[in-house]
Amino acid sequence: MSVAKLRVFRGDSQGGEEKEYEVPVDEGMVVLDALFYIQANYDGDLAIRWNCKAAKCGSCSTEINGKPRLACKTRMDSFEEGETVTVYPIKAFPVIKDLVTDVSWNYEVSKKIPPFTPAEDTEWIMYQEDVERGQEFRKCIECFMCQNVCHILRDHNRKDAFAGPRFMIKIAEREMHPLDVLDRREFAREEAGVGFCNITKCCTEVCPEDIHITDNGIIPLKERVVDKYYDPLSWLLRKIKGK
Amino acid sequence: MEKYETHTHDVIVIGAGGAGLRAAIESSAQGASTALICKSLLGKAHTVMAEGGVAAALANVDTKDNWETHFKDTMKGGKMLNNWQMALYHAKEAPERVRELEYWGALFDRTKEGRINQRAFGGHTWKRLAHVGDRTGLEMIRTLQEKGIHSGIDVYMECTITHLIKDGDRVVGAFGYWRESGKFVLFRANAIVLATGGVGKAYKYTSNSWEYTGDGHAMAYEAGAELIDMEFIQFHPTGMVWPPSVRGILVTEAVRGEGGILTNSEGERFMERYDPERMELSTRDVVARSIYTEVEQGRGSPHGGAFLDVSHRGADYVRRKLPSMYHQFMEFADIDITKGPMEVFPTTHYVMGGVKVEGDTCSSTVPGLFAAGEVAGGMHGANRLGGNSLSDLLVFGKRAGEGAAAYASGKSHASVSAELIEGYANELREPFNNTQGENPYTIHQDLQDVMQLYIGVFRTEENIQKGIDEIEKLKERARTLKIEGSVMFNPGWHLCRDLKSMLIVSEALARCALARKESRGAHSRVDFPESDDGTWGKLNSIVAIKDGAMDFATRPIMEMPEEFSRMFTEDK
Repeated sequence: MSVAKLRVFRGDSQGGEEKEYEVPVDEGMVVLDALFYIQANYDGDLAIRWNCKAAKCGSCSTEINGKPRLACKTRMDSFEEGETVTVYPIKAFPVIKDLVTDVSWNYEVSKKIPPFTPAEDTEWIMYQEDVERGQEFRKCIECFMCQNVCHILRDHNRKDAFAGPRFMIKIAEREMHPLDVLDRREFAREEAGVGFCNITKCCTEVCPEDIHITDNGIIPLKERVVDKYYDPLSWLLRKIKGK
Repeated sequence: MEKYETHTHDVIVIGAGGAGLRAAIESSAQGASTALICKSLLGKAHTVMAEGGVAAALANVDTKDNWETHFKDTMKGGKMLNNWQMALYHAKEAPERVRELEYWGALFDRTKEGRINQRAFGGHTWKRLAHVGDRTGLEMIRTLQEKGIHSGIDVYMECTITHLIKDGDRVVGAFGYWRESGKFVLFRANAIVLATGGVGKAYKYTSNSWEYTGDGHAMAYEAGAELIDMEFIQFHPTGMVWPPSVRGILVTEAVRGEGGILTNSEGERFMERYDPERMELSTRDVVARSIYTEVEQGRGSPHGGAFLDVSHRGADYVRRKLPSMYHQFMEFADIDITKGPMEVFPTTHYVMGGVKVEGDTCSSTVPGLFAAGEVAGGMHGANRLGGNSLSDLLVFGKRAGEGAAAYASGKSHASVSAELIEGYANELREPFNNTQGENPYTIHQDLQDVMQLYIGVFRTEENIQKGIDEIEKLKERARTLKIEGSVMFNPGWHLCRDLKSMLIVSEALARCALARKESRGAHSRVDFPESDDGTWGKLNSIVAIKDGAMDFATRPIMEMPEEFSRMFTEDK
């Protein structure tokens, strides 16, 4: 059994520092196992969020060797022999303690998105090909790693203006639901700030569920918004009707 | 004492998985001021891990299906020990509860006709499980979460409840702490719904998430409620075996539902010997014992499991119907399940036992205290059918929410004694103050070893007794715990209380397992291999606190009226 070196951020909102630990590595072990080892053997108070340890709940998002990863899904044998593994909290959200960050903003944004709204007299018939678009977005496990790497949120901290990729696909999912009748285009533009996204696709790259956030979600959403606001015919009609 | 927050509601729901969310939605819809309190962030609860589907006799695929058949399947799967009234409500109401999710935005997989698709599962006569690939639980929790946040519920995230507070006989509040700050918080309420899930973290190998530490079971027990049939814990036949770090992670029954075949090291399709009629789709208790026996008798796979192969269905089909399984094996085990078999072995999955409730409103034996979902007992009897858990939490989540709101209506809030609160606070802070004591992580690991070794798939009096002796020693050791660090987000400290809950449920499990001298469903006694229908088949196990210690008793099962019992004799 080999021994791995981990350097883990220990601290809180006031600041902190890396602390080094040595952890024995068993076959198939993941970074989260190494953090458990640290809790049980060195520092019982090391804070990390986790629930399922099976890549289904999206709780253990961290930055491992500088890359956003689920700690439960990152295998220790993916590193070079002797390579030191650094584990940091995700950067786009304020640190609470150690690897735990304050992600409450996401829950506030989520609540603002107008819910699924079917017609009164809906007949509940939907075909597989019509639900697949929405199903892709509904794979989202809310790990918020897309939010973490989105430069609008991470580098420019425009949480006041942009809802972030996770919620772009949530809006898109509602919009593409075969039986939804609400128009969220104004919401997408005015409240969620879909225009801020300039399609660098960083979100898609980090998605552990392989959701094509940009191509299948944000770009079609942008197109719908464009159709409403910048289509010359609609523009003319709005002028005439004074809306 | 240090300052703490107080919140006042008509109804508080503890736990925000499927049952808790459904209960809170209903309670709020009834006009009750409702709080939903969860240990984790919203949407991370164990329901998220449910894979295969939700059982409901929608009859979209097999048109012969109906509630009667679902009811009979459930009772037979539970070896007739179930609370028949709950099984009846469940079978009758599940279809509407599933359709309701669709009205709230859920996108289930579809039939060609555009209706909710259904798949086969063990013990179900017809194709009955509505599903979304193999991530049905995620779909359900997101749908309920969405409905919940737009229902006027107050959500308290990352808040652990540690004590239920009573005024005379009835519960009037709950005390606990914020995980983030470590500060205390009091909730005053006229009715409390427990929806805290299961107990799997008492075992070494489990499919359960960290939250499954039996908090609701333990708090209800401490508040004087009866727990029923705690010996019945389901070992899911197929957990991952290799590598060691993922041992126990669930391999959905949908693999077998979609045609997966179990073989041993000799290439033999061994289910032919155990249940030639139903084969791989036998009930979970039977398949778990079969795999266990094959390995025990030296016909196991290289890492001590059985082979489960679905690759004959074709790569595209497997990737479409079982996407999480495909990724899970690819990423954790370097195995491509579209090309070859997985290795599987039973893993601790679900506790059939729980807080004894009545089926109408899910009220426990303590006034004002309700329970729904896995923390409640009775519905599944001696063995749960796959898919019946997700439907259980919808049907009884709704009933508990209704029941709690009705109970709370018109009642005024009782005062809570300051001394009582101070006592709880001191008890919780103790591990910080102890100058010496045990490491909670060590005791937790030791408990997991004990439960895995002595209260497993097959049991003997000797082993169970050893288990009880070991649990007693662990209880003694756990009296004085010591931890490091501050009260802020301190997992070591959190574990101290979780450990106490796990020790209570472990003891309940062991004591009930010792008492039931027969084999029935998930409870397999090597020294009593037969079912004893004349005696034990007519008795539920009950544990409750008596003079500070755990007291075991039996109670006659609820008798089924002739109009329903006839359904079973007609079959014979």
